[in-house]
Amino acid sequence: MIPLSNYLILGAILFCISMAGVFINRKNLIILLMCVELMLLAVNMNFIAFSHYLGDTGGQIFVFFILTVAAAEAAIGLAILVVLFRNRRSINVADLDSLKG
Amino acid sequence: MNFVMPDFMPALPEMFLLGMVCFILLLDLFLSERSRVVTYLLAQSTLLGALLLTVSLYEEGRALTFSDTFVHDPMGSVLKVFIYLATFLVFLYAKDYLRARNMFKGEFYVLGLFGVLGMNVLVSAHSLLTIYLGLELLSLSMYAMVALQRDSVQASEAAMKYFVLGAMASAMLLYGMSMLYGITGSLDLGQINTSTAAMDNNSMLLAFALVFIVIGVAFKLGAVPFHMWLPDVYHGAPTAVTLYLSSAPKLAAFAMMMRLLVDGLGGLQEQWEGMLILLTVLSLAAGNIIAIAQTNLKRMLAYSAISHVGFLLLGVLSGTQAGYAAAMFYAIVYVIMGLGGFGMIVLMSRAGFEADSIEDFKGLNERSPWFALMMLILMFSMAGVPPFLGFWSKLAVIQAALGADLVWLVAVAVVFSVIGAFYYLRVVKVMYFDKADVGAPTVSAGFDLRVVLSANSLAVLGLGLFPGSLLALCVAALA
Repeated sequence: MIPLSNYLILGAILFCISMAGVFINRKNLIILLMCVELMLLAVNMNFIAFSHYLGDTGGQIFVFFILTVAAAEAAIGLAILVVLFRNRRSINVADLDSLKG
Repeated sequence: MNFVMPDFMPALPEMFLLGMVCFILLLDLFLSERSRVVTYLLAQSTLLGALLLTVSLYEEGRALTFSDTFVHDPMGSVLKVFIYLATFLVFLYAKDYLRARNMFKGEFYVLGLFGVLGMNVLVSAHSLLTIYLGLELLSLSMYAMVALQRDSVQASEAAMKYFVLGAMASAMLLYGMSMLYGITGSLDLGQINTSTAAMDNNSMLLAFALVFIVIGVAFKLGAVPFHMWLPDVYHGAPTAVTLYLSSAPKLAAFAMMMRLLVDGLGGLQEQWEGMLILLTVLSLAAGNIIAIAQTNLKRMLAYSAISHVGFLLLGVLSGTQAGYAAAMFYAIVYVIMGLGGFGMIVLMSRAGFEADSIEDFKGLNERSPWFALMMLILMFSMAGVPPFLGFWSKLAVIQAALGADLVWLVAVAVVFSVIGAFYYLRVVKVMYFDKADVGAPTVSAGFDLRVVLSANSLAVLGLGLFPGSLLALCVAALA
């Protein structure tokens, strides 16, 4: 049996990778959206591991809701991306600089 | 396991809202461009209907339903009433503004009402799951609303920034929630409270979970250092949407903080108090100082919102019943003043012109002495000059913090609010003592907007002269 801590470490690693992706990536907004999705998946990993080891289904139900919301979130994120691209002809993160102060 | 029919009564306003939003969404498809006003009127009557339902349920007392994931209590009811009222005013103020920009569409109202539904769920949440769902329903509606002006470069950039940072904040909050679930084995806030209160206070995992949850809440409130999104979004979004973002969601964010930190993690008050003190000091300092350098009024009000969040946190971190009531009073007062402030920008704007620069208010006294007076009331109130409402809310929060022996923190708050008075008074100086430029905007707004905005500003003065009833309502709601 794989111990709980292994799952938690995997979740933490995924979360850190996605966080680093958001901050380091300066090129492409789509990669940023992917990082946000990965962040939610890291959380799902935690929830399912806990749920299994606690013998409580609450965590698994939570994961279903997170997946559903993540789908809606991705749809809105991509829609905003399309609007942004139409206005600026670029999805470079470094170009998002018209609002300052 | 057998299925028990839940009690639907405590959630009646939410169900009414959901039904009406779906109906409006469908009906709007069949309306022609000229009869779009029907959508507006239906949205407003939905808010009024939900208001009546919430008021009629106020006396019911505390009740849990839907397997204890949803709570009906006086604090929730009072906050919901102010959420409806604030959104009602937003829709009213925004009508002419949207018309002039070809944005008078059903989407604005449908998204706005879905946001209200999300806020209601958030306010009544009694489980980590309902907090998350309410928060996301609200946030997703707001991301879409910011991007509503599709041909605007600024608005789409603001929407993208808001989306990425907001989604990150939600993910951090969720990470904290997953830790909390692992530690306590429950999603129910009541059970989390009993099991965390019984635990060893120095548990590493618990501190880890708490940090993530506080970061998530601070992001949504816009407290420094998690405020980066707020000025850009307020500035870039169409003013009608800024009006929405700056009003009712603040009440919902306050409720979220109360539910998570007080209802759920009340036993760890000593630990989160320290984190909130840090957020408070930074918010007061950064908000007030950076606001001085702004030339754009929307941006200035955004930094002022950050400094107001500092005061709000000051009430919550005192950790007493009086402190929570003071913070709730502060949140409600801020929403009333913020509506007036952004409402003035909407009032001065007209087709193809945004009156969002402080320069645009030059010599307003010569062009429209009445609205210059209204703006003066709002600015004095935000600065905290007696006898306006803003003074009493600051006083209530400071008294609560003094009651918790946080004298040095009160001193910091007072010093920064004196610094903050500078930029509010600069707007007053510009209106009364500067000469207007040629072709400066005049007030050409509709009758309803003028009357209600005047009433809003006069309410800041009137409630400031008699602040007792509103404060008593907040104290009673939390008793």
